[in-house]
Amino acid sequence: MINNIQTYGLLAEFNTPADAMHAAEKVRDAGYSRWDVHTPFPIHGMDDAMGLKNSKAGWFSFFGGATGFTCGYLMVWFMNSFDYPIVVGGKPLMSPMYPFPVVYEMTILLAAFGAIFGMLFLNRLPRLYHPLLKNCRFKGATHDKFYVIIETADPRYSESETRELLESAGCKHMEMVED
Amino acid sequence: MSSPGLLPSAKIAPPPREIEREPLVLNNRSLGWISDQIAGIIEGKTPTWWWVTMFISFPLMVMCFAMIGYLISTGVGVWGLNHPIAWGWAIVNFVFWIGIGHAGTLISAVLFLLRQKWRTSINRAAEAMTIFAVMCAGIFPMIHVGRIWFAWWLFPLPNANGPIWPQFRSPLLWDVFAVSTYFTVSFLFWYMGLIPDLATIRDRCKGFFSKFAYGLFSLGWTGSNRHWSNYEKAYLLLAGLSTPLVLSVHSIVSFDFAVSQLPGWHTTIFPPYFVAGAIFSGFGMVLTLMIPLRSLFKLHDLLTIRHIELMCKVTLATGSIVGYAYGMEFFIAWYGGNPYEAYAFQNRAFGPYWWAYWIMISCNVITPQFFWFKKLRTNVVIVWILSIFVNIGMWFERFVIVVTSLHRDYIPANWGYYSPSKVDVLTFVGTFGLFMVLFLLFIRFLPLIAISEVKGVTNHADPHHPLGGAKGGHH
Repeated sequence: MINNIQTYGLLAEFNTPADAMHAAEKVRDAGYSRWDVHTPFPIHGMDDAMGLKNSKAGWFSFFGGATGFTCGYLMVWFMNSFDYPIVVGGKPLMSPMYPFPVVYEMTILLAAFGAIFGMLFLNRLPRLYHPLLKNCRFKGATHDKFYVIIETADPRYSESETRELLESAGCKHMEMVED
Repeated sequence: MSSPGLLPSAKIAPPPREIEREPLVLNNRSLGWISDQIAGIIEGKTPTWWWVTMFISFPLMVMCFAMIGYLISTGVGVWGLNHPIAWGWAIVNFVFWIGIGHAGTLISAVLFLLRQKWRTSINRAAEAMTIFAVMCAGIFPMIHVGRIWFAWWLFPLPNANGPIWPQFRSPLLWDVFAVSTYFTVSFLFWYMGLIPDLATIRDRCKGFFSKFAYGLFSLGWTGSNRHWSNYEKAYLLLAGLSTPLVLSVHSIVSFDFAVSQLPGWHTTIFPPYFVAGAIFSGFGMVLTLMIPLRSLFKLHDLLTIRHIELMCKVTLATGSIVGYAYGMEFFIAWYGGNPYEAYAFQNRAFGPYWWAYWIMISCNVITPQFFWFKKLRTNVVIVWILSIFVNIGMWFERFVIVVTSLHRDYIPANWGYYSPSKVDVLTFVGTFGLFMVLFLLFIRFLPLIAISEVKGVTNHADPHHPLGGAKGGHH
């Protein structure tokens, strides 16, 4: 190791989802906090293995939908019965019924925006620069390999102990990732 | 085969062979094989048939735009519209294309909520088909307004005409919101599904420009499980939101007709009947597109006969709903006791447009019934030919609904006959060119099967399966 190069973390490669999941359980139980598992597809059960809580994306979607619903009714009320009232067939200027299809679509539209943009916000994406993306070996993370990465910034990180932990989890290849 | 809550000593016998489901990816293909196979389509040489199809589709697309230019510069008189048939092919084509656009979201959303894992092999292409079909559909309401430079009046935009706003009691305005929301949400859903796959291609491709482009659009995706966790939640939410959306869009399209007072249009059965018809036509189009792609790109292990059979079954189910709706319309026309309604339906089947009606019935009611037979469902050539009939039949359905209901108004002085003009025909044929150009570009530059999703449904991806690395009963 050359000392003047900053390191980002220790990258451990696994060949099967089961191996990666057992490794994740071990890392979780060892009490690490700045670490992650990178996989080509979401693995069922990995959230528990990592000790992740339920995603907060639902809240973004909920507030998006609530905004869409409110704004939809306000828009129709403003346009058809306040700013430019038109009487059609002697019916009341405002009713909850006739704008409903429009409000319904606006609710769905903004709830969908909330879900997608909320997800991107929670993931801090787009992020076009990432130390892992410079690593040649890491290309397998979108192909058929599974990785556990423990950041050097983790308070529990120690070169030898972290290595031992990952080796005991059955890791066959390990390398340091430059920052 | 064991689940996490079981004691280490507990063992579960595998299900008997005869009730085991056929695998979704045949020949136990590995995870790497899946990305090699699908990304290989983009990385490989452009096939000759692609260029041939492009050389046919591109001029058709140009013709479509030329016809639209001619229409705008001359006026709607270039179409075959007359009094009383003021809605002709433009509306027929609009409903036809938007109907086709329903299968993509149904496959990606409804089948996702129903845990139908087979959707993963077809959802990407079907969603792309949806987006391109909605683009083709969106052209027609825009250009049919006559003075298209005023089409922006459809949107609630501030303007200098004093406080004048759109009139929200009109189903045509509901349609503007439904279709634009549908396009936006379908597009975002499709793009979100693409992000991990774009990252796969980013990590494989060699060229500077392609590295840059795939890198940019994959947003820096690293496959982090912390990201997957939010991603899967957002995916579930979008599926939950798209399901009522897809059902509402064609319902609202049907309101364009059903909310009017016209016999033949003013029926309460329209929303469910339109939605079933839309899914029917959409699956017809998915079959028409996917069967050739399957053999051209040798996707037999990913898009198995089981996938085709299942799509045939959906077509059969929705086609039968459509057939039932045709019958029920006639029953209510008689049972409802309204002479105008009764006349509209008699005239539909035996009037001057009888030929359109019976083409519709034979394509939409009889064709799908062949899918009861496994022999026919598993024969891709026959399925492909039948799927073409479904497409034809569903176009005629919209023609029958729009034109036959309009052509005989209440008094005989207001009776007429509609025939499309050359411009009508060429514009419609041109939209197929536009659709094919977009679809060809899609299969050339984007993964046409969702790589990460297909990987996720294989045994290799299951941490509790021996192929996924599970070790006997003690993990």
